[in-house]
Amino acid sequence: MATGPTFAHRHILGMEQLSQEDINTILSTADSFKEISVRPIKKVPTLRGLTVINLFFEPSTRTRLSFEVAAKRMSADTFNINASTSSTVKGETLPDTARNISAMYPDIIVIRHSCAGTPLLLTRYVRAAVINAGDGAHEHPSQALLDLMTVNEHRGTLSGLKIAIIGDITHSRVARSNIIGFTRMGSEVCVYGPATLIPKGIEQMGATLSPSLEEAVRDADVVMALRIQRERQNDPLLPSLREYAREFGISRSILSLARPDALVMHPGPVNRGVELNPDVADGPRSVILDQVTNGVAVRMALLYLVMGNS
Amino acid sequence: MNTTWHFINGRIIDPLNKVDRTGNLLVIDGRIAVPDHPVPAGTPEINVSGCWIVPGLTDMHVHLREPGEEYKEDILSGCLAAVSGGFTGVACMPNTRPVNDCAAVTAMITARAAGAAARVYPVGAISLKCEGRQLTEFGELRAAGVVAVSDDGQPVVDSQLMRRALEYASDFNLPVISHSEDPALSTGLMNEGPVSTRLGLKGIPAAAEAVMVYREIALAEFTGTRVHIAHVSTAMAADLIRAAKIRGVRVTAETAPHYFTLTDDAVTGFDTNTKMNPPLRTEQDRQAIQEALADGTIDAIATDHAPHSILEKEVEFDQAANGIIGLETAVSLSLALVRDKVVDERRLIELLAVNPAAILGFDAGHLSAGAVADITVIDPQQQFIYTADQIISKSRNTPFLDWSLQGRAMLTMVGGSIRYNRISAALP
Ligand SMILES: [Zn+2]
Repeated sequence: MATGPTFAHRHILGMEQLSQEDINTILSTADSFKEISVRPIKKVPTLRGLTVINLFFEPSTRTRLSFEVAAKRMSADTFNINASTSSTVKGETLPDTARNISAMYPDIIVIRHSCAGTPLLLTRYVRAAVINAGDGAHEHPSQALLDLMTVNEHRGTLSGLKIAIIGDITHSRVARSNIIGFTRMGSEVCVYGPATLIPKGIEQMGATLSPSLEEAVRDADVVMALRIQRERQNDPLLPSLREYAREFGISRSILSLARPDALVMHPGPVNRGVELNPDVADGPRSVILDQVTNGVAVRMALLYLVMGNS
Repeated sequence: MNTTWHFINGRIIDPLNKVDRTGNLLVIDGRIAVPDHPVPAGTPEINVSGCWIVPGLTDMHVHLREPGEEYKEDILSGCLAAVSGGFTGVACMPNTRPVNDCAAVTAMITARAAGAAARVYPVGAISLKCEGRQLTEFGELRAAGVVAVSDDGQPVVDSQLMRRALEYASDFNLPVISHSEDPALSTGLMNEGPVSTRLGLKGIPAAAEAVMVYREIALAEFTGTRVHIAHVSTAMAADLIRAAKIRGVRVTAETAPHYFTLTDDAVTGFDTNTKMNPPLRTEQDRQAIQEALADGTIDAIATDHAPHSILEKEVEFDQAANGIIGLETAVSLSLALVRDKVVDERRLIELLAVNPAAILGFDAGHLSAGAVADITVIDPQQQFIYTADQIISKSRNTPFLDWSLQGRAMLTMVGGSIRYNRISAALP
């Protein structure tokens, strides 16, 4: 890694800011890091002496663990702050929390927050590089990047593909980041879900709104199902999960409309029998565990690249 | 304090008297003199060449935050912001702490306002504590000095209560001002559309305003009462009001400068100073609001001046308070309507001075001989950059910070006394 790739971003706030070239840089860097995870000694000294704080205002096991594993494999010191239960309850504001953390001189802050735009807000109060690990329904760039990496590994390309994203588009930051990411790499993204869960003007993000589940999945290279919640903040979105599974779930017969070698993806955790039939979730086309493996590599790449630019 | 002045070389725009001429205006002892009245010896001259002399502007929708939230604004600071922005009078909404829902609170506001730079017209609450359950005593409030009733900040959810408010207010000739948003539909953070979708922020549909505006129109139409719709933000609502006026319904309406200046695109970047209720809408709505100002559908421009400190604004977008300050930018932003040929000068003064006074039912908004000399002098050309250090309000929550603006209030006179002036250091 003597001559690192050029990467112009101090923070990773969303896919929106990343060009096709940036995405290629991240994916090739992640690719070179992936092999570290299968070594007997899974550690390189690249980020030794640097401090990474995982600042999670929203409960998360998977993403936080993935960032923590990534940082430790790069020899960084990591600290986890579960802010959802601590400071905000005491009435401390985000600027207070941010200035306090910044006074400890961390190098990278990985933030997850239920409010869209908070990672951007954080950059105003800290010196550290900020990586967005999910902000409300806005963006989840590391998830989109690991999805791109997984598809690229299986397809050998990210252009000219048809990506079907099925389910709750409205509340999904994964959907937004993937719509931006896949379209920017030259693929078509078709979205479909119950009308209560399709946000107004999603086409203006570059996605195609499919008229039916069948149309969305037909000839798709990738079928990505999103996690469903029946109700949010007293907003009656769906009458029942049972009906959702029947009308909008991915069954084997729906999947048969996709390309024979189509990949089945899910950002996890899966409601088995709701978004995905169990035989689809655990079937031969499912790459859900590859997504998890690649998540660590992508996050190693992001930590490395933002530090290379400080 | 001197209240005798001679304005010279101004363009006098006085729509109510159908006057638009260049010349002089004499004020003697706080009242406007008859034309060609001899100028008393020693009367100080104010040269306002290149400027307009117009009736004092009235902002019929502000939040002065006193009593209860004086760290954001108080009656004195808000009135100073008002006169610096060209307003000689402001109507202050009742959602203070405590709410202005009884004569004692109104009296407290009126007493504090006695020392203020601008005239203060208190608006009383429709319901006790603005909770939407029990009507306030409109008669007592009227006697104490309120000029209208409103639960602004909250819609009146209960349609029966709103109907009774309209009927009962008519006994006291009090206008009822409606904050028209269906609360179940307006739990979001910004306008619902492609921008909210891109940003992942929960949306408030235009329909949230339209359904409530239509309810108010239907109630006013059925009961034969009048209703005033506050801060109209959507094309849908403007269309409903236009159609109602054609049918003869007694409905009036106001909008705020941000609704004809900005769109929801301004929320990109998550600036909490673009968060308000109702929210910034689409370009199509913005244009519809301009048309409604031009064709008489919307009667008044009001700022919805809503000061908040950094405690409420330097936070996550979801948690930020709604509202922006507006008293100091309204004239500049409204003058753009004239430059863009949306309205002419005369219509602009109707929107800012004549109609607000008429809707609230007081004798102001004209320059008739003998009238109290509430006068605003506007330089339509002056360019300036609106920087934080110029802000007179206690709060700085504005999306127009560092904007380059054209046109400004140069002098504000209340009852013949100069309350703010940018013309000359020799003047008060
Ligand atoms: Zn209001």
